[in-house]
Amino acid sequence: MVAMSDSADDQLIAGPPVVELDEAVALVGGFPALAGASLKLAGTEIVGLRGPNGAGKSTLLRVCAGLIPLRRGRGHVLGHDLATRTGRQSARRSIGLLGHNTSLYDDLTVQENVWFWSRANRAASDDVKAAMGHMGLSGRLATVPVSGLSEGQRRRTAMAILLARRPKVWLLDEPHAGLDRSGRDLLDQLLIDAAKAGATVLVATHDRGRIDDVLTRTVWLESGTISELIP
Amino acid sequence: MSGSSLLGDALLVFGKDLRIERSSKVVLSQVLPFALMILILFGFGISPDIRVPIGADGSRSVLAQVTPGLIFLAILFSSLLALGRSFGVEADDGTLDALRLAGLDPGGIFIGKAAAVLVQLLSVGSIVTLGAFLLFDTGVDWTWGRAVLLVTTLGAATAGIASAGTIYSALAAGLRVRDTLVPLLVIPVLAPVLLGAGQAADAALFGAVADGWPWVGALAIFALLYIGVGILSFDSLLEDA
Repeated sequence: MVAMSDSADDQLIAGPPVVELDEAVALVGGFPALAGASLKLAGTEIVGLRGPNGAGKSTLLRVCAGLIPLRRGRGHVLGHDLATRTGRQSARRSIGLLGHNTSLYDDLTVQENVWFWSRANRAASDDVKAAMGHMGLSGRLATVPVSGLSEGQRRRTAMAILLARRPKVWLLDEPHAGLDRSGRDLLDQLLIDAAKAGATVLVATHDRGRIDDVLTRTVWLESGTISELIP
Repeated sequence: MSGSSLLGDALLVFGKDLRIERSSKVVLSQVLPFALMILILFGFGISPDIRVPIGADGSRSVLAQVTPGLIFLAILFSSLLALGRSFGVEADDGTLDALRLAGLDPGGIFIGKAAAVLVQLLSVGSIVTLGAFLLFDTGVDWTWGRAVLLVTTLGAATAGIASAGTIYSALAAGLRVRDTLVPLLVIPVLAPVLLGAGQAADAALFGAVADGWPWVGALAIFALLYIGVGILSFDSLLEDA
């Protein structure tokens, strides 16, 4: 496989990059989960991130979210330098991350979770109400403790929190997991709407099929390196 | 770090942690029974018939004599459960990452979590103290001065336990071995609290009240020191968690 060149990448994105990694190296437990990954994402893109298990997809998303420091190489998100702590902390405010975990408190109800995270994220109350309605959480479900939810309902709750946050960069790790058909359709439409509104979306996924219609392009990650570009 | 965001974020986290406790009732159903069980076991372990002489012709049971230390030992051990729970809820579903992404003031997160632990420990400590007086025939000659000293000691000691304990719990939050590591880290650090609280409570129950206030001052300094350290260091602790 051939390493992705800057020139090839530049041809595929329009405008200044929102996310830019250059030979990024990041360690997880001493292991180089990212071993020289280069990537550029522009605004309004919906980019798929594919690769085998253990390739470093989750690590790449967490590096872009400013949660894991770069050990070597360069990285910027919305102009914030991922190599510095202040840069990472500044970048986080504009990022929405939905990982394998849903980041919900089991003992709180759906409404209490959404309320807490919306306050923490400084989301507008109108956006919170709209997000809960959009994700089908406005009815009786709002008063159910999260511990009593199905996986799909937990995902919907987490998506509502993400939606209300209005991030400029969406980083999603297997977001379709646990969702039924209508949930998947809803999520795909959310990604399209977010990109139309100017957000940049990076989705790590193993899914094939309908999600391909949503993605503007796909990159391949293997052994911690982005080594193939699939337009 | 601005004052308004620090306090606002602290209130937000404080309210969230108390809501979690209201829903889960872990303190009520597990931490409090654990603390009371410690007291009862001490009662089994130390015979009330063993007495120590007091003054010229009086005597007091050893169990009553060591009651001040037993109260704070029970609070200290039960605090390990409350502290473990405080960061356990953040580790369960990746919420610690979400807190970092939200951009909440780290000092505010520290104050909010420490304050929630403090409220829980004060509740436990109050009941443990009452339980100790019921279980162990202390025969205290109560005055307002003694009561105020004891209540202040309880407040200052639990503030120290909550603030120092929250720092070390955060330090171990991201580790798989946090449940076993936190007691190892926290107990030695809180040994001065046990010493000071035991001495102050002993003065409140059996000695001269004036002798207890310097110990309360030392407990307050310990708590303020760790509150300051927590506010300043929590950013780094969350980054490394």
